[in-house]
Amino acid sequence: MKSASGFPRTHTIVALLQDHPGVLHRAVSLLRRRGYNIASLAVGRSEVAGVSRMTLVVEQEDVVQVVKQLNRLVEVLQVDDVTHDPTIEREVILVKVAAGGNMQSIVSVALGYGATIADVGMGTMLLELSGSPAKVEGFLQRLAPFGILEATRTGRIAMVRGRATHSAAELLSDLVIAAPIAQSPEQWLSQADGINGTT
Amino acid sequence: MTLVAKALGAKDPGADGSRTGAQLICEALVREGVEIMFGIPGGAIMPFYHAMWEYRDQLRHVLCRHEQGAGHAAEGYARTTGRVGVCIATSGPGATNLVTPIADAWMDSTPMIAITGQVSSAALGTDAFQETDITGITVPITKHNYLIQKVEDIPYVVKEAFYLARSGRPGPVLIDVTKDAQQARAIPRWDRPLRLPRHKSVGVLDRGAVARAIALLVGAQRPLIMAGNGVIQSGGAAELLAFAERTGIPVITTLHGKGAFPESHELSLGMSGMHGWVHVNKAIQECDVLFNIGGRFDDRVTGKVSTFAPRAQIIHVDIDPSEIGKVVPTSIGIRGDARATLTCMLETAPAGNKHEWLRRIRGIQKEHEPHQAYRRRPDTPTLMPHDVFASLDRAFHKRTGYRVVTDVGQHQMWAAQLIEWGRPRTHITSGGAGTMGFSIPAALGAALAFPNETIWVVVGDGGFQMTNQEIATMVQEDVRNVKIAVINNGYLGMVRQWQELFEGARYSGTKLSGPDITMLAQAYGVLGIKVERPEDAEGAIESAWAHDGPVVIDFRVEREANVFPIVPAGQSISNMMVTATASA
Repeated sequence: MKSASGFPRTHTIVALLQDHPGVLHRAVSLLRRRGYNIASLAVGRSEVAGVSRMTLVVEQEDVVQVVKQLNRLVEVLQVDDVTHDPTIEREVILVKVAAGGNMQSIVSVALGYGATIADVGMGTMLLELSGSPAKVEGFLQRLAPFGILEATRTGRIAMVRGRATHSAAELLSDLVIAAPIAQSPEQWLSQADGINGTT
Repeated sequence: MTLVAKALGAKDPGADGSRTGAQLICEALVREGVEIMFGIPGGAIMPFYHAMWEYRDQLRHVLCRHEQGAGHAAEGYARTTGRVGVCIATSGPGATNLVTPIADAWMDSTPMIAITGQVSSAALGTDAFQETDITGITVPITKHNYLIQKVEDIPYVVKEAFYLARSGRPGPVLIDVTKDAQQARAIPRWDRPLRLPRHKSVGVLDRGAVARAIALLVGAQRPLIMAGNGVIQSGGAAELLAFAERTGIPVITTLHGKGAFPESHELSLGMSGMHGWVHVNKAIQECDVLFNIGGRFDDRVTGKVSTFAPRAQIIHVDIDPSEIGKVVPTSIGIRGDARATLTCMLETAPAGNKHEWLRRIRGIQKEHEPHQAYRRRPDTPTLMPHDVFASLDRAFHKRTGYRVVTDVGQHQMWAAQLIEWGRPRTHITSGGAGTMGFSIPAALGAALAFPNETIWVVVGDGGFQMTNQEIATMVQEDVRNVKIAVINNGYLGMVRQWQELFEGARYSGTKLSGPDITMLAQAYGVLGIKVERPEDAEGAIESAWAHDGPVVIDFRVEREANVFPIVPAGQSISNMMVTATASA
């Protein structure tokens, strides 16, 4: 789906998941079902044992419903569409370029972008850069004339600035000893007001 | 313990207190209050069947004829009792045959546990004999699923699975257990507390939103209550009745809301949607506030969404927050159990009435009355579907101890339209998935849950031919309280009707032959009755009711009768065809 500008409108979704086998399948399955393309997906362990943090970039105009349905999955602790939040977004790229007599030029491009030289081989140079998606994109374009032999990207990871809104520890402590019987109507009424209302 | 008992693997624990995984599953099921389960054994689930034998006094196993039947039987048990239905299959084809009932339970929010055997953990992923990745297959159609490879995990997983199946919005949960996990021994720990996200498992009603909803409804000139499955599932029918009577707001139901509100009540308008009554759909299009409690705005209810209830502010109560705003924009969305929400509303809702609005709707109804020939039998000597449904309705009016399971198609809509419904969990059908073949096995489950009631099946000849083998299960299990009314028109009738109305009567793939149903019934060892004349319908139903044992009635009805009204698929619910050529 293209926005008015003609570029695909992407959404960045950050989710905290229980670190179980199959949880990624469940999450991704909800996008697959709708035929949404995943532009990037980065998952790794969070600051709390047993909880993974996932950043998902989806090429889709409207992700409200899929975010709600992700939230419905048992092992998904929290999901947020952070597209419109002030975030820091980073990607790591490893890129191998053909390096012969032009090595000095490649090094100056690398230095200009703050990339590091991870490896130098026979006629190749392997560069590593961490930066915003735009910076990584620009870096690749600058390297293109040298001849990119191989490039691999981690996919975007994102974090909302300021006070933590996605504390895994908090969510983990929210994993409760639920009474093994389903909640009764009386229990819906007996608790504090207005916490879970969806209006 | 005797040697023989040991050889049978008696349920007494070993000297160290350990038990096999299979015994632990049985023990866990007993702890969850399971009394009955429906299934078929096979290689990978054999250890469980071996252990089940020791628990046969506590856990009744019903051997079905097809795993699909086992799944639907579990659904029928669950839908009539409100408890969790349990079905069992082996790996591979056994498990894949459960996919349809699992999907059906998913669509209709039916609490169900499916237990499947799996090849041994060492063979996982090797394309071993009868290996199918059933947890992978059922990800989109279960609330959750598990692959158990370690015997120690069994007690906790079963407990969590049952909790998930019945909590919040109920649904199916699948537990796949490898054969080696069933065979291995462990000393069970039953006291591990559940660790689940609190915000999903426990809800809190937003009383502020409830107060706004009441204010909106009380101030409305033309409000409507739309009652869905959630009212029945939450046990909120009495609260709904009290709320409607207090506020004077008329009530419409969805297909799955049938039974949530007595249709004999003056505030009851009937069913809405694709085959809803004209005055009901018109009322939706005129109403200024639509209060949907426990329904999910299925496309068979809304028709073309952009034209649905154009003048209305929507109040939507659903236990699943992802349903709110999914289909229609909502003015007030409340995540809540339907009964709890109604209870909360009854605390403060003032008494009132909507006489003028109700008169307006009844006026529309009266105005349309001369045009609703579809509700009456035409003047013909042919047996009409209407004769069967009128006779059933009369028979039901004389009694209380009955429930009805309908299949999918024309007869399903006629049953919804032409029978007056009034009690929760007495109208059971496959709504969301629309699974032909649902009814006979689901009735088996219902009949075993309510042995003192009479379970009527209304099914077409198409659906009948999909799962009638479960009649053999009824005979084997001595189930005597199922009466099957086959609305036999020799077509896949609903598809034929669409072909007639919308596709130039090209009856492609819809003409259907079948066995002589009365002879088939006799072959199963049950009573078969053939009815070909209108005047015989009532007598056949009464004889079936009086007969001590399953009965199959072959109603040879007019072959090309149509269900009206019908809103053509994808169109506005304002566009209701009431005959093949006229709209309301």
